[in-house]
Amino acid sequence: MTTDDIILRVVGLHKSFGTTEVLKGVSFTVRKGETKVFIGPSGTGKSTLLRCINQLIIPDAGQVYLHGEEVTHAGAKINQYRAKIGMVFQNFNLFDHLTALRNVEIALMKVKGMKEAEAREKALFELRRVGMEDRADHYPAQLSGGQAQRVSIARALAMDPDVMLFDEPTSALDPELTGEVLEVIRSLAQAGMTMLIVTHEMRFALSIADDLLFMEHGTILESGSPADLATSPNFERTRQFAGRFAEL
Amino acid sequence: MDQIAFIAEILLPALWGGFVVTLGLIAWTAPFGVLIGAVVAVGRVYGNRPVRFLSRAYVTFFKGCPLLLLLFILYFGLPSIGISLSPFVAAVLGFIFCNSAYDSEYIRGSIRSIKEGQFTAGLALGMTRGQVIRHVILPQAMRRSIPGLVNEFVYLIKYSSLAYMITVIELTGAGKMVATRYFTYNETFFVVGMVYLFLVTLTTIGAHLLERRVAIPS
Repeated sequence: MTTDDIILRVVGLHKSFGTTEVLKGVSFTVRKGETKVFIGPSGTGKSTLLRCINQLIIPDAGQVYLHGEEVTHAGAKINQYRAKIGMVFQNFNLFDHLTALRNVEIALMKVKGMKEAEAREKALFELRRVGMEDRADHYPAQLSGGQAQRVSIARALAMDPDVMLFDEPTSALDPELTGEVLEVIRSLAQAGMTMLIVTHEMRFALSIADDLLFMEHGTILESGSPADLATSPNFERTRQFAGRFAEL
Repeated sequence: MDQIAFIAEILLPALWGGFVVTLGLIAWTAPFGVLIGAVVAVGRVYGNRPVRFLSRAYVTFFKGCPLLLLLFILYFGLPSIGISLSPFVAAVLGFIFCNSAYDSEYIRGSIRSIKEGQFTAGLALGMTRGQVIRHVILPQAMRRSIPGLVNEFVYLIKYSSLAYMITVIELTGAGKMVATRYFTYNETFFVVGMVYLFLVTLTTIGAHLLERRVAIPS
């Protein structure tokens, strides 16, 4: 394995909000096509970690490298990096005044400078990929949660990102709607997309992860393949957490 | 001469010129009021510290200053420092300052009501803050501001009569001249009042249509 395979490198990220230290030195590397899944109790810094990667939250210390280039240094053209890092949010965050199609088109036109016709073609392609082509003219308020989340995935994919960040993509969905979203994410993994996923869907996490990372209190307590982590965790705490889900 | 003939043959033709001036005052003020209001609102919500301070000072000053006083300063006061404005320009400027200060408050409230996540999503896609504000936040905030902006527009229709105090012969001024000359205060001011009511009603209907037209389907 060469260093060319490394898409993302995170080194010693620290972040505090007030007196609460949310990230206490988190480091890992992400290789091309890899799916890393972050699990762990709520409030342990998983979402903060994802947001530090694309600088939606500025870390107090530590570095993020995308293809070997430091994203975190002061003069970095952060918008250009963000355009290469797709992000999917718990609450979809679609633009409410735009149709599904326009939601996907807008960054193509404003960030990538595509002409409308070109952006439309690309947007329709991405909507088709998530099975939402027939809803292209619907507004976010006219979509179910699962449909909205699929559109937001298409919106992120349209930028042809090097890596996708999923921040609890199914946490705001009714149980019967999570399946359609997880299926889309699974198809991306099969297509070789590089992904970081924060989720509480343990069954999904175990089935999709190349690398499972258990986070608690702002650190990665332990990581490994799902098989390793589920069957022989080194830490009692991981065992407790995974055990609760193993019963399901 | 009976009253109908007076209204048809003397009053309405005499008011016409003033009516046109009133429309002119409104037509010049309202677009700039909304535009500057939006800029000031964005400055207050998204500006850095100096910008926030300046935009806030702007709103505080022009909301706090009685409009008539503002018109007096612009028309009677400024010449002493070498700036002479025509009555019409002075009136429009004063109206714009006042109108935009209030408009900015409606727009600011609407901006604050847009869910934060949409801003975050725009940034995450690689848009600049300015792009997110222009293409994501303002299109939604302006829609939500329509009722407030219409309210302000209705006020503008009515306080445009203050321009008369700095010698702009608009609708009220034209009425006053007719009334004094023919000693027909009741007829004249009744008709003038009806014209204002007509403008306000038209505005309300127009606003309703606009609101329906730009509504986001849900």
